[in-house]
Amino acid sequence: MRTNLMLSAVGAFVLLAAGAVLLPDWAMFLCAMALAKGLVSLGIVGMMRGGLVSFGQGLYYCLGAYTATLVAGQLGVSDIFLLTLLSAGVCLVVGALFGPLLAGYRGIFFAMLSLALSMVLYGTLAKLTVLGGTDGLNIGAPTFFGWDPEGRALQTALYLYVAVLVVVAGTLMRIYFDSEQGLITLATRDNELRVEYLGASVRTVMSYNYVFGAVLGGIGGTIAALALGHVDPEFAFWTTSGEFVFVAILAGYLSVPAVFVAAIILEMVRSFSNLYFPNTWQLALGIFLLIVIVVLPNGLGSLVRRRKGDAT
Amino acid sequence: MTQAVLDVRDVQKSFGAVTAAKDINVSVPEGAVYSLIGTNGAGKTTFVNMVTGYIKPDSGVINFAGRNITGMGPRQITRLGIHRSFQIAQLCNELTVEENMVVAATIHKSARPSFWRNAHGAEARERALATLERFRIAEHRNRLIPELSGGVKKLLDIAMAIAGQTKVMLLDEPTSGVAADEKFPIMDLVIEALRAEGVTVIFVEHDMDIVTRYSDRVLAFYDGRIIADDAPEEVLSDPDVQRYVTGGAA
Amino acid sequence: MDLAATILVDGLIYAGWLFIVSVGLTLVFGVLNILNIAHGSLYAIGAYAAASMVGAYFAWGGDAFPYGSYVAMIVAALLVALVLGPLLERGLLRFFYGRDEVLNVLVTYAVFLILEDVMKLIWGVNPYFVYEPYTLLGDVEMGPLFYVGYDFAVIAAAIIVGLAVWLSLNRTRMGKVVLAVIHDSEMSQTMGVNVQRIYLGAFMAGAFLAALGGALTAPMISVTPGLGVNVIIVAFAVVIIGGLGSIPGAAIGALMVGISRAASVHMLPEAELFIIYFVMAIVLLFRPEGLFAKTQARKI
Ligand SMILES: Nc1ncnc2c1ncn2[C@@H]1O[C@H](COP(=O)(O)OP(=O)(O)OP(=O)(O)O)[C@@H](O)[C@H]1O
Ligand SMILES: [Mg+2]
Repeated sequence: MRTNLMLSAVGAFVLLAAGAVLLPDWAMFLCAMALAKGLVSLGIVGMMRGGLVSFGQGLYYCLGAYTATLVAGQLGVSDIFLLTLLSAGVCLVVGALFGPLLAGYRGIFFAMLSLALSMVLYGTLAKLTVLGGTDGLNIGAPTFFGWDPEGRALQTALYLYVAVLVVVAGTLMRIYFDSEQGLITLATRDNELRVEYLGASVRTVMSYNYVFGAVLGGIGGTIAALALGHVDPEFAFWTTSGEFVFVAILAGYLSVPAVFVAAIILEMVRSFSNLYFPNTWQLALGIFLLIVIVVLPNGLGSLVRRRKGDAT
Repeated sequence: MTQAVLDVRDVQKSFGAVTAAKDINVSVPEGAVYSLIGTNGAGKTTFVNMVTGYIKPDSGVINFAGRNITGMGPRQITRLGIHRSFQIAQLCNELTVEENMVVAATIHKSARPSFWRNAHGAEARERALATLERFRIAEHRNRLIPELSGGVKKLLDIAMAIAGQTKVMLLDEPTSGVAADEKFPIMDLVIEALRAEGVTVIFVEHDMDIVTRYSDRVLAFYDGRIIADDAPEEVLSDPDVQRYVTGGAA
Repeated sequence: MDLAATILVDGLIYAGWLFIVSVGLTLVFGVLNILNIAHGSLYAIGAYAAASMVGAYFAWGGDAFPYGSYVAMIVAALLVALVLGPLLERGLLRFFYGRDEVLNVLVTYAVFLILEDVMKLIWGVNPYFVYEPYTLLGDVEMGPLFYVGYDFAVIAAAIIVGLAVWLSLNRTRMGKVVLAVIHDSEMSQTMGVNVQRIYLGAFMAGAFLAALGGALTAPMISVTPGLGVNVIIVAFAVVIIGGLGSIPGAAIGALMVGISRAASVHMLPEAELFIIYFVMAIVLLFRPEGLFAKTQARKI
């Protein structure tokens, strides 16, 4: 059965929840942001298992963030669950629209097309003055089933909420990765021709991964918007997407927790470097990325989980 | 008289200046075992590729069990029961032998693989193991593909292609890259298994001993055309075939 | 002057610039099979180097012969190619030949990140202005509109670059070998072509073209950090539209993007920021590997 997986999920949640008690405000905010972005990268990891890397996940990150902001601002919805659900729904629909279209492309073409879509959104938002143009929009603090916390309580609630999302999404994705469809995704990455000649549709495989990535991107964007209290078109800019790819590569496609560890590492390196050496943090990041590519081509995940054999 | 399960009519195909198929007409009755012979570049793989939908003929019609399959893609054709193996084994190199087999078995079993059911579960593995045992490669089940010998790769490639619902099987050089003393055992195994299930077989082969031993009928290809289509002894004693294909034993 | 002509002139100016910044990218991809994100950094470094060089030129009495500043710009681009070309190609990229395309994009993304900060370390974060070369050529009057003469010089430069690349590829022995490598590097290797030298040469040529693009742009803008970010994505789009590795493709792609952007600026300003990607998406919809891509079924 899946007892091991369930135990790991509970363990992961306990670990994350401990952060709610132990972490100071700034670190809790940092972790919440990192986990939210980690969700987006988890979607990229899902696509990477099929051999595709999206350089445009900012599209869904941004779409989710703006959906939540607009729903909150225009319709007065502040319930975090409802906001998450709506953004995820919008991203699901958009992802299901673009997924089958993009799923016919490979390698650099897939990467560039997904990037193009995110840049179209960026360009549109930057010019749309109704939506605040390049300044973006503000979003108020969320409520939790009518509970309306403030200060540290709000921070903690938001952090715990994203922790729950991370554990649930992570567990579901792990189940998916280990499922029949998940194994076929891995086979597709290896040899598309063989998969088609077995009678499975490579395009369908890729479309599903794309749609999952879209939903995860939207959820990540929603959380980020709520944590920051603000959204702007930069959410869809290519350098934002580049960071998501960075985390996915750093983590590799073998382990789910590695994605969130990688996201937290990146966020920490960024804030420390911003503080102490603002002009060389990209340099450090670049060298770090090169080292990972050379030394750990399968990412941090390969330290804890090997492809061969089966850990669940 | 058994009915033709595969019927290829006036098929042509060229790649730029190269004519890879010219006036190809073939009719294969159900349950028969055909072999394709011909020098390198004669058009044998092109024939297999056209029947299985990897490339589209420039003109002509391919019928399977009375149904026009010209222009369908590999996936559709596979789903109809026409399966194939490859000249160069097409396997998933980052997966183990067993996982490769699980992938094949899973897809063959259902058009809608589960997003939930664990692919590494006992049931899936047992099913895969049974097939691996049947092809006598079970001992390699936990190895990765690049570690395998040519013969094992070939067998796995064929094993993955065969499923319960195979109606026509096209084997592209099943014994190439296989050690000499393994060729006959492999053919015994594969052809016996396929004959037992009444599968129609078309295999590409360079070894004339294997051709005579296993096929009911031989198609000799030369320069994109079929220059002989008859029982093995007849074809091999045909002067044109000796001149252009078997090279007069030279 | 009517709208169509305005769009055409603006479009050509932009297309000329686009061609210069993207032709090197497609050349490098064609030969090395690496889509080089660091092309954007080379562009930015070219701009900084030109700004410094032109500044130095005038500081040392270049006023007596201001046209010499153009030479200074080209020398700056050459220097960038001579220093960074071998450093990046021999020192790093060659270890990744034959690896996964997307992985290689990430390698160059890392280089891009590194160079972004290296530039800040060398040139600081304050903007550089070198307007002299821009005003030197005066204005050109076209109907009711004035264009800066320098803008037309950019079109001329693009044409010269295009001709030079075309001639050196098609009319020299070396160029023909490069074309052979673009067509099939494995084949050329077995034919005894010294592929290593070709790779280095092509990368340096690409680096020079990137730096030249930056150098030519420097007088038109304030040279600040972050210059390479947008350029690289735009150049990517152009190259993808034309078909990766195709030089004529880069020219057509530049024209298509240049004209559509000019049209959008004048007719649909809301679309200005994304028209490029829109054009690219449309092209890929109908030609999944770009306009001039060589597609062939893999033999199995
Ligand atoms: N995808 C392709 N593109 C271009 N030419 C091709 C392609 N596939 C086959 N050809 C050409 O068509 C001709 C027939 O090739 P084919 O692969 O069918 O030969 P074959 O009989 O299988 O030979 P071999 O015994 O070497 O496998 C050859 O000249 C080959 O080069
Ligand atoms: Mg062949």
